[in-house]
Amino acid sequence: MELTEFIIKAIIILVIFGLTLLIAMYSTYGERKVAAFIQDRIGPNRAGPFGMLQPLADAGKMFFKEDFIPAQANKWLFIAGPALAMLTALMASAVIPFGDTIRYDGVEVAVQAVEANIGILYIFGVVSLGVYGIMVGGWASNNKFSLLGAIRAASQNISYEIAMGMAIVAILMMTGSLSLRAIVEQQHGGNWNIWYQPLGFIIFITCAFAECNRTPFDLPECETELVGGYHTEYSSMKLGFYLFAEYINMFISSAVISALYFGGYNYPGMDWVYTQLTGAFGEVAGHNAATLIGTAVFFGKALFFVFFYMWVRWTLPRFRYDQLMNLGWKGLIPLAILNIIITGTGVLFLEPYFSALLK
Amino acid sequence: MQLTNRSKQVSNKEMTLAERAYLPAIAQGMAITLKHFFKKKVTIQYPEVKRYLGPVFRGRHILKRDDQGRERCTACGLCAVACPAEAIQMVAAEREKGEEHLYREEKYAAVYEVNMLRCIFCGLCEEACPKQAVYLRHDEMVPVFVERDQVIWGKDMLVEDMNNRYKREAWTKEEARQLDEKKARGEVSNVEPRAIP
Repeated sequence: MELTEFIIKAIIILVIFGLTLLIAMYSTYGERKVAAFIQDRIGPNRAGPFGMLQPLADAGKMFFKEDFIPAQANKWLFIAGPALAMLTALMASAVIPFGDTIRYDGVEVAVQAVEANIGILYIFGVVSLGVYGIMVGGWASNNKFSLLGAIRAASQNISYEIAMGMAIVAILMMTGSLSLRAIVEQQHGGNWNIWYQPLGFIIFITCAFAECNRTPFDLPECETELVGGYHTEYSSMKLGFYLFAEYINMFISSAVISALYFGGYNYPGMDWVYTQLTGAFGEVAGHNAATLIGTAVFFGKALFFVFFYMWVRWTLPRFRYDQLMNLGWKGLIPLAILNIIITGTGVLFLEPYFSALLK
Repeated sequence: MQLTNRSKQVSNKEMTLAERAYLPAIAQGMAITLKHFFKKKVTIQYPEVKRYLGPVFRGRHILKRDDQGRERCTACGLCAVACPAEAIQMVAAEREKGEEHLYREEKYAAVYEVNMLRCIFCGLCEEACPKQAVYLRHDEMVPVFVERDQVIWGKDMLVEDMNNRYKREAWTKEEARQLDEKKARGEVSNVEPRAIP
């Protein structure tokens, strides 16, 4: 009994870990393809069919390049930078509920690495640790441009984390739980949070862009001003890890967006599918099949948002630094507070009428 | 003075709420990029597909033969004199008895070499030639070389093959397209694949 549970859990964790890495790997390919398509080009198509082996070729190139550490750099911190970035990026996927439960041998295991009742706080903690990777790396490089990039990253993340947290506070007021699984379960069917929190969603996704250092908020690696930003001095796979961590962060934040606002593994008509499947394959197998479909739906949503990240990257130009700070402090934070007030009003005064209407 | 009617008068007016919110503008921009996402791509897959460069494209050299298969070149040296890059070198020789079917006139080029690294493909040799012997092909380029001895092309590479004569076909795009269709039907074999824009 214990052992089956352990094995299923181990498999789920490994699969989630592997899938995260695989998706991040193919995000680099996807980024280049999307960029090419938006610019009326074809993109990488020589390495393997449709260029599918391009990520392998890129990784091979990265590994075989010279791994250079500048003479005046702090060696240990210089190595710790990309390691931290990678570590924190991978840690965040632990609490994301990728699907419902899997039943086997009388045991019910959630498709989730760790079920934590403070899941959303955990994600916040890990994501805010992520900036340390950038800061430590940029600082240890002993290069003014790197340091400037690192400072920009740090101040940007601090500013946007406030608005992001406040956007989530509104969700927490509605759901009354910090557990991501509980939040997702409350969005059963098509009852997604986006219908109740459109303003919160816009604030959250803007902040997510800033947290991932993606265009239009990619000031830390702004080539025209800062050479390469915080990774100016990095080469070989250390640079590769920085870039890779960015893509993992993109996927994780897309997964969080779809879990918080787009119902996670819930989709309209899921009850009908569930009854059909359990009717066709029996109670246990049908349940597992329904869970797998839900997980596929979740990944579909997350991948759409990864595409959305790329789509925005090739549409919007970079913000100026003062515009970034203005938007964060004077735009998004007041809006987030307004959103909290509106949500509170709605929860306190309007909900009884709505629930009465629904009955 | 107005060059186009697309110029916009810059005004310093207050932005409206929709403009300040920035979201409608973002949506507009995203719609434009999405439209481009599904547009037909303009890329030509180069080594497999080649663009038709027109009938006056100056590619690699060819030393023409006449209709009886005799070399037209008389080694007068006018092409070498005209060449601004000094890429052409030749050695003249006198035609012996019994060689009348090989060379059209009493003098011929025993050696005719073009240095493809020096050549700038200006076409002045073509213009200088009084015998219509040297031409720059419109359908073939000098291929990439990896060895130094591949750079200098001698008569073995330059003189026309009578089984695969060079004709400057396809003077217009339509003719080029017809030629491509012929090639697709297998009627012509010496034309390289290409895309006509």
